[in-house]
Amino acid sequence: MSKISEELDRVVIKFAGDSGDGMQLTGDQFSNTTAFVGNDLSTFPDYPAEIRAPQGTIAGVSGFKIQFGNTTIFSPGDKVDVLVAMNPAALKANTEWIKDRGTIIVDSDSFKAKDFEKAGYSSNPLEDGTFDGYKIIQAPITKLSKDSVDSFNIENKFKTRSKNMFALGMIYWLFNRPLEITENFLQNKFKNKPELAKANIASLKAGYNFALTLELLPSTYTIKAADLPKGKYRSITGNTAAAWGLLAAAEKSGLQLFLGTYPITPASDILHELSKHKGFDVISLQAEDEIAGICSAIGAAFAGCLAVTTTSGPGLALKGEAIGLAIMTELPIVIVDVQRGGPSTGLPTKTEQSDLMQAVYGRNGESPAIVIAASTPSNCYDFAFMASKLAIEHMTPVILLTDGFIANGAEPWKIKETSSLPSITPNKVNVLNKEEWKPYLRKSDTLSRAWAVPGTEGFEHRIGGLEKQENSGNVSYDPKNHERMVQVRAEKVKRVANFIPNLEVKGAEKGDLLIVGWGGTFGSLFTAFHEVYKQHSTVAYAHFNYINPLPKNTAEVFACYKTILVCELNLGQFVKILRSELPQFNYFSFNKVQGLPFTTAELATEFNKYL
Amino acid sequence: MELTPQHITQENTHLTAKDFATNQDVRWCPGCGDYAILNAIQKTLPEIGKNREDIVFVSGIGCSSRFPYYVETYGFHSIHGRAPAIATGVKLANPKLSVWQVTGDGDALAIGGNHFIHALRRNIDINILLFNNEIYGLTKGQFSPTSKTGIVTKSSPQGTVDRAFNPGNLAMGASATFFARVVDVEPKKMVEVFIEAEKHRGTSLVEILQNCVIFNDKAFANVTDKDGKLENQLWVKQGEKMIFGNQNNKGLRLNGLKLEVVTIGENGITENDILIHDANCVESTLHNMLINLSAPEFPVVFGIIRSVVAPTFNDGIWNQLNEEKPKAKFKSVNELLNSGVTWEI
Repeated sequence: MSKISEELDRVVIKFAGDSGDGMQLTGDQFSNTTAFVGNDLSTFPDYPAEIRAPQGTIAGVSGFKIQFGNTTIFSPGDKVDVLVAMNPAALKANTEWIKDRGTIIVDSDSFKAKDFEKAGYSSNPLEDGTFDGYKIIQAPITKLSKDSVDSFNIENKFKTRSKNMFALGMIYWLFNRPLEITENFLQNKFKNKPELAKANIASLKAGYNFALTLELLPSTYTIKAADLPKGKYRSITGNTAAAWGLLAAAEKSGLQLFLGTYPITPASDILHELSKHKGFDVISLQAEDEIAGICSAIGAAFAGCLAVTTTSGPGLALKGEAIGLAIMTELPIVIVDVQRGGPSTGLPTKTEQSDLMQAVYGRNGESPAIVIAASTPSNCYDFAFMASKLAIEHMTPVILLTDGFIANGAEPWKIKETSSLPSITPNKVNVLNKEEWKPYLRKSDTLSRAWAVPGTEGFEHRIGGLEKQENSGNVSYDPKNHERMVQVRAEKVKRVANFIPNLEVKGAEKGDLLIVGWGGTFGSLFTAFHEVYKQHSTVAYAHFNYINPLPKNTAEVFACYKTILVCELNLGQFVKILRSELPQFNYFSFNKVQGLPFTTAELATEFNKYL
Repeated sequence: MELTPQHITQENTHLTAKDFATNQDVRWCPGCGDYAILNAIQKTLPEIGKNREDIVFVSGIGCSSRFPYYVETYGFHSIHGRAPAIATGVKLANPKLSVWQVTGDGDALAIGGNHFIHALRRNIDINILLFNNEIYGLTKGQFSPTSKTGIVTKSSPQGTVDRAFNPGNLAMGASATFFARVVDVEPKKMVEVFIEAEKHRGTSLVEILQNCVIFNDKAFANVTDKDGKLENQLWVKQGEKMIFGNQNNKGLRLNGLKLEVVTIGENGITENDILIHDANCVESTLHNMLINLSAPEFPVVFGIIRSVVAPTFNDGIWNQLNEEKPKAKFKSVNELLNSGVTWEI
């Protein structure tokens, strides 16, 4: 059979199935192979909070979406070109997300009457006209993958578990991808169970050959390599990038990394990653609760470590009092908050930007903290590094906000070696200045106090949560001193603005509309901005990574546009901060709180309303 | 992994109790038991073979938690209940430090109960001084988790209906490796016990019965007043018989699965019938029974009730670091960044 191949610029695929079907692994493999062949990509794993929800139900559907193409890709895309649905529930959950005339590949073995019922269909949706106009490919994936592994000496229960590899094989053929990356992965994963490796590879190949041999699929598609900057690349998720940024900061600062934390979705992968790196002298403590996580970090910071705690919204709430303690004792700690849907337990596996107010204001007393936010999976590396640098050099806690979307999402990353990162200089006490030293004497530029670490002779001192007398650090209840210290701590955080980059603007330097975003929405906002900018040259886009304090030129930038539109995945938290910090401007806002990222289409529609 | 008690070297013999006093005015109420404990600590510290910079006092919130301000070492007065977690961070970051946690019955057993039991469970090598006055002092007189049932306080005008914690009992439930009980009116014995607490590798919990003169005065009078002192205090010593009483002729004996007080010379009882104390016995049943005895039916047991050998958390963590380091796959962060699947464009 001659192979017809059609060339495409960009494609969105989604793998969807039961949460036990291995869809995340399948998506990861497709991403790695796709990155390897030189496409740019962005991924969006989307899974339920339950580990194994009832089989075949909508509640149990786990999905992995990926957009890839021959140009730079900033978001995982809106609607999908190809949906791989391992059961009717996976099809139903994604119906509104399939492009008109899109391709749907289903496992026909799981499209039986009882399967429709579980998914809430009354008849077979593939035959009752629901999907007329779509390209539907029905393949007996369960049976064929089982047949392909039948001859291997593996337990029966494993024989039906390689159907995800069969489906992946079909998709590899459809998009002209090599199998080697996944073959190597399987051999490595099942190093100690070679029969399982062989069986999975057999299923992968069987899927590939099935698609190749049968004329079910009209043609394959080719997506040329993207024109990315030259260099060495790897695929990276936001959580891994954050962990590595912290490791880089420890190496650059010469400090030992201490992680005190408690497992919480979607932040736990940072703990998992750092726990592997004892070779870098990382002390990781899985504490008894969120509070012990941060308090152990504060203890380690007192004792001279680069101290970190990781969490998500509910955990940040529990850590509030301790963050206040670190502010009062002026100790450097990094708090990574991987935001998820709230309030309360909310939507643990879904993304949201609704912890902003909590991060900036959510503590008792006048308790300013530095707040910064990463905006892509890979720049979690840069901002975890920057959070550490600011904490150490300014001797105060830094909250780094990421979110479930960028934490779990992956993208190709041009490896940034540590030599290209700035230096970090801990403000340790000078042992020669023992006589002049006082625990709360400050550096004139940053207002940070010097770090006197236990074990250093002659610097014995006491710190605590009670108000301090200026300079001496002794307990003081003096009213004037308290007001002075409150102002000093505020000024200290304010002055961080002198040490962070200016706000950058993409698009028009002056004009009609400034689109404003912050944190993990960069990919969707930039993609939508880019589309609208093609038609309207008076549009600009500014994305904030520094929230408290704001970059120094923020007002200057805002003054250049007639309309400022602040887009965020909450009911308008950043816009509230902007209104209070820079009340001279009029702000509009666009908000979404569905546990999902913005789509390019909805953003573009919104932007056009202002043009 | 070293499991023997820490060896004390006398490299700091030049230090005296005075060297551990700060320039801050001590602000406890006149007559508070805390003064005696502070004095005992200032006498203990020159004896533990550490320089001032290598000692850290960590506390939470409450009257007792002001303690670090008065000791000339490194100190951290933190937030309510969280001192065990902060002390754990300090000790893990620098295991060479001698880390002391000062806490009260509210701080350790109410708001900080979780951190308290987990510190004991892990056996992190810190010393916890639990000032138990069976009342909330700093918030002015509410009942605490160790207050006796029925106590009338500002927050319990009809008397409490809460059952009380016995701190030692709770500690044993959390697998404590060292538990001792002392009382604030016995300064010399406090010093002896504090030194042993420092020597023990692992979490050393010392419960100090401490009198609050304002809100719960004489709470321990039945064991500390002139009559009660000898009759109701049993100080246990390793390898010695559990004998007490005005005439030094009473002792503890096992009767079936229960302890009973017997008098030597009566009903054919001889010294041979009296139990011998073994704090090092791993099996904890007898330690539990001793911890739970209360006056007047029984004596209250003081001294080192339990001291058993077990691996410490900090040794475990650091041994892993030291074992992994030579085997490390990556010598630098750059090597990590370039590992696994990479490609050139």
